[in-house]
Amino acid sequence: MTYNPAMFSRRDFIHTGLAGASLLAVPAHAQLRIEITGAGARQFPIAIAAFEGDGLLPRSISDVVRADLERCGLFRIVETGPQPVGESAKIDFPNWKYRGADAFVAGSVTRLADGRLAVRFRLFDTTKASDLGGLELTILTEQFRYAAHRIADWVYEKLLGEPGAFSTRIAYVVKNGRQYQLQIADADGQNASAALVSDDPIISPAWSPDGTRLAYVSFQTKKPVVYLHTLATKQRTVLSNFKGSNSAPAWAPDGSRLAVVLTKDGLSQIYELRADGSGARRLTQSTGIDTEPFYSPDGKFLFFTSDRGGSPQVYRMPASGGDAVRVTFEGNYNVSPRVSPDNKTLAYLTRSEGRFRIALMDLASQQVQILTDSDKDESPSFAPNGRLVLFATEVGGRGVLSAVSVDGRVKQRLSGFAGDVREPAWGPLSR
Amino acid sequence: MRKLLLPSLIAIALGACSTAPTETKPVVETKPTKPAEVTKPAEPVKVDPLAALKDPNNILSKRSVYFEFDKYDITASYQPLVEAHSKFLVSNPQLKVLIQGNTDERGSREYNLALGQKRAEAVKKAMSMLGAKDSQLEAVSLGEEKPKNAGHDEAAWADNRRADVLYSGEY
Repeated sequence: MTYNPAMFSRRDFIHTGLAGASLLAVPAHAQLRIEITGAGARQFPIAIAAFEGDGLLPRSISDVVRADLERCGLFRIVETGPQPVGESAKIDFPNWKYRGADAFVAGSVTRLADGRLAVRFRLFDTTKASDLGGLELTILTEQFRYAAHRIADWVYEKLLGEPGAFSTRIAYVVKNGRQYQLQIADADGQNASAALVSDDPIISPAWSPDGTRLAYVSFQTKKPVVYLHTLATKQRTVLSNFKGSNSAPAWAPDGSRLAVVLTKDGLSQIYELRADGSGARRLTQSTGIDTEPFYSPDGKFLFFTSDRGGSPQVYRMPASGGDAVRVTFEGNYNVSPRVSPDNKTLAYLTRSEGRFRIALMDLASQQVQILTDSDKDESPSFAPNGRLVLFATEVGGRGVLSAVSVDGRVKQRLSGFAGDVREPAWGPLSR
Repeated sequence: MRKLLLPSLIAIALGACSTAPTETKPVVETKPTKPAEVTKPAEPVKVDPLAALKDPNNILSKRSVYFEFDKYDITASYQPLVEAHSKFLVSNPQLKVLIQGNTDERGSREYNLALGQKRAEAVKKAMSMLGAKDSQLEAVSLGEEKPKNAGHDEAAWADNRRADVLYSGEY
């Protein structure tokens, strides 16, 4: 497989677009740290050598690949030392096997005549002494992080048999003093830039299924209004500005419609709109609060929060409306439902003994597991491969982002953002 | 903003019908109401009704209804406040209020937005039952987004579980 330059084009466009907005953008926090605790049940031991020609890049590409694989908790990184190993070098399989690595990655970076860089790598099975394949990526120097994430995704999928989510993006809101920024960053928190800067609160960013647009709620007209933001062009349109409050946008999986929460007929109720904002149709008819709609990725159901039973609980109804079924029963505060990409698991926020934590329910068995051990968690969001749940929590009075593996074993905290971070939303897999 | 605006409105209102506006202005700022003038039926003295809203001795100066965690029912201790504002709106049909619902910072922001709306609606409904016209009442929610108390403890949370009654010109 060789690299197709078209794969980068959308992203280039996005980055150019965001750079164009840099009048508003504040320099991205350079000192982002990721702290990892815990370990996966079964970790794949892998050695990733320094790439030949790594010095052509601002930072070692193999470092970024190692950091990605280690962060997800499913790999154990075997030390290789500083000696670079190119992808066409003769691999000393017994040595790497002896050092405990079941897989080995070697690669190189070379400058092309047009000034771009060619990044090549191959993945080897040290037990069978076999070549598992590799990629060649042609990049601009500043794209090296993305190239590293693509390499990590490729290795992850080859060894674990499911897609990696390293080359995806996340959106979140940073509050700094009285200023709010809607930021977009790589999944590891790097390359952050502001899509929107405002003096008024921004909440509930939601990625379109194709990753080109964000819906979100802004209070800039002194009331909640839902906007649609096209990332490549920075074009912003009002999706929903009815009388009263407009909030909680959620995309249908085919991108043709969104569910929103409106108060135009009284209390908060769920409506669906076409993606151009037209054709509002009411989907719930309760006398209480119905909010936080979320479509199951198979498009069959809308999960939502309702207090119709006396306390806020998660319910489910057909995606086009109809009879709702209660989903959560334990405790008296279960909100913010998000369905996993495989439709099998529900992540939500639960309160017990005064603590707000992220819970996971197996939808078939209704078995519940509390994933986190903090007090003020919010806003769960599944990684697009379903392996991690990203959420907001509070440390020392400040909002930070954390991620936890769905088995609860590995936790990582993205710290180092300047300001109060909240409302994370993990974007879709890149195509 | 509100503090500056109200005295000047009152000054203008009084000044319009007074012979010595330069003298009334300082008086207004320290003693917003002058019962002696108001009760004189012969003179067409126009006192800005908003003055009562600023008088710390008047219940109308109290604008906040506080709520328990995850609750939106108006407790008995806030009934007199809601009744006073309703009565005031009935006798001043030209006035309008914006009722802003707020919540503490804990839990889901979207649920809190809906909960704040429910608190604001509870106050609106009570005022409506007490005779205020729907056209005088608007209920909105700020959720947990605009905390009055920026703290992160029980006292701050209690301050922020609140619906505020704001009159035209105050928001």
